[in-house]
Amino acid sequence: MIKLESINKTYLVGESPLRALRDVSLSISAGEYLSIMGPSGSGKSTLLNMIGLLDRPDSGRYWFDQVATETLNEEQRAQMRGENIGFIFQSFHLINRLTAFENVELPLMLARQPIKQRRKKVAEVLAMVGLTPRAGHKPNQLSGGQLQRVAIARAIVMRPRLLLADEPTGNLDSHSGREVIDVLEKLNNDGITLIMVTHDQQLGDRAKRHIRMIDGGVDSDSRHHPEALEDADAAL
Amino acid sequence: MQLYDQLTFNRQIFLRHRMRTFLLLLAVAIGVASVILLTSLGEGARRYIDREFSALGNRLLVVLPGRKETTGGAPPIYGSVPRDLTLEDANALARISGVLAMAPIIAGTTSVARGSRSREVITLGTTDAFFRVRKMDVGSGARLTARSQTEALAICVLGITLKRELFGSERALGEWVRVGDRRMRVVGVLEERGESLGLDMRDLLLIPVRTAEQLFDSPGLFRVIMDIAPSADSARIEQKILDTIGHRHDGDQDVTVVSQDAMLAAFNNILTAVTLAITAISSISLLVAGILIMNISLISVSQRRSEIGLLKAIGANSKQIKQLFVGESLMLI
Repeated sequence: MIKLESINKTYLVGESPLRALRDVSLSISAGEYLSIMGPSGSGKSTLLNMIGLLDRPDSGRYWFDQVATETLNEEQRAQMRGENIGFIFQSFHLINRLTAFENVELPLMLARQPIKQRRKKVAEVLAMVGLTPRAGHKPNQLSGGQLQRVAIARAIVMRPRLLLADEPTGNLDSHSGREVIDVLEKLNNDGITLIMVTHDQQLGDRAKRHIRMIDGGVDSDSRHHPEALEDADAAL
Repeated sequence: MQLYDQLTFNRQIFLRHRMRTFLLLLAVAIGVASVILLTSLGEGARRYIDREFSALGNRLLVVLPGRKETTGGAPPIYGSVPRDLTLEDANALARISGVLAMAPIIAGTTSVARGSRSREVITLGTTDAFFRVRKMDVGSGARLTARSQTEALAICVLGITLKRELFGSERALGEWVRVGDRRMRVVGVLEERGESLGLDMRDLLLIPVRTAEQLFDSPGLFRVIMDIAPSADSARIEQKILDTIGHRHDGDQDVTVVSQDAMLAAFNNILTAVTLAITAISSISLLVAGILIMNISLISVSQRRSEIGLLKAIGANSKQIKQLFVGESLMLI
């Protein structure tokens, strides 16, 4: 489903260039549950942004569903993002002036879906994350766990096949974090590909495949052996 | 994104930032109001002048002694001229075809006294035609008679202020006043009227032109005002006037003819310029309002960076985001 080949990315931090990713190659097949771990500044979030088509690599190649993404223009990337990829962030990134329902509705609105259909889909995903009674509340009336579940509902309302979570439990207490992880794993069981960046060792260990990053490079990959790569290629 | 969604989205932004929205709208409103107010002020002034002139009569020609290469504006009050424009010249001008009425004017200041009350006023020596060309009338009594054209009658018409000063509320008609060293009978009092072409019509004494000639001991006319037929060609009449004067003055066309059209055009030019200047000034305030909106939009964009990032992450393309923010500014206007 995803294949990265020698991806490089350099940011300018002040005057000095910072190599956020160096020669990252990775292949991920559909339905995987992957955790990316590593110290701060090791390039985890950059990698996630790269996979999520939010950022462009300086060099290297990236195929998403066998489409070479380097050749896509911004519009096409946005469309691909909207249709295939759901994002979950550490700080939720809900829009405060909108209710939970409207926040979840936003991706459907941007995709120009008719209002009736939108209502139905939003109600469905809110029920899935167990927030139907809170649909009319604004973000400042919800708890952290509820906020993250609203964010998950928003991420999955377009029925993406890939879910990218950047420290989804980072701002939550252990109980709320537990709730959120349960929802995410349930989605993965239903067939969605889940990639999660986390600091939490315990959480990272729950994933079926572990990637460890240091200084912009992949340090270890629990499935990084030739057979696995070939499997992945075959899946592509 | 559908239009309805966009409107809903932006409306929520405005409701959320009520104060900001209100202040922005206020700024735009002040800008627009100042443009409208100031341009209409200039336009109003122009109309006012137009009306003032049309109150004088539509087709007016003023002949001044002496040659001046100017149009419009106020001519000097007492110019010294080598050759006077005389009453005889004026009568010759009155015979030009197309001239409906001709009023010669001799101007000066005299003291007017009744009993112990005395007043220094502008005195115009003229004829009955003066009332016609200046479109004015007496409030009570009679105008100067037609005989005032040829005879030095001892009669006068008082301006309303002058009448009040000399007679108070008493009856003035038929009374005698002392004008300079002569006694004259008051035959009429002018109707109440404001200033016209810089002359206060309320504080004025009108006497027959021949009387004025004797009183000021000068045959020189201050000016001649003519009413010309609406159908007449004013350029042709102007030329005729110059020819006639040239003929009578041994070839010197030493008069200046000012047409009302020329005066009006001059005023119009000035006022148009003033209106433009005012408009330019007020446009600045509109510009300021525009810059304000630009600024607020900029702040709005930078404050909502994370929101933009989010919108992009959930599938908005840059066109849609532009559409949202430009739409916000448009809705404000």
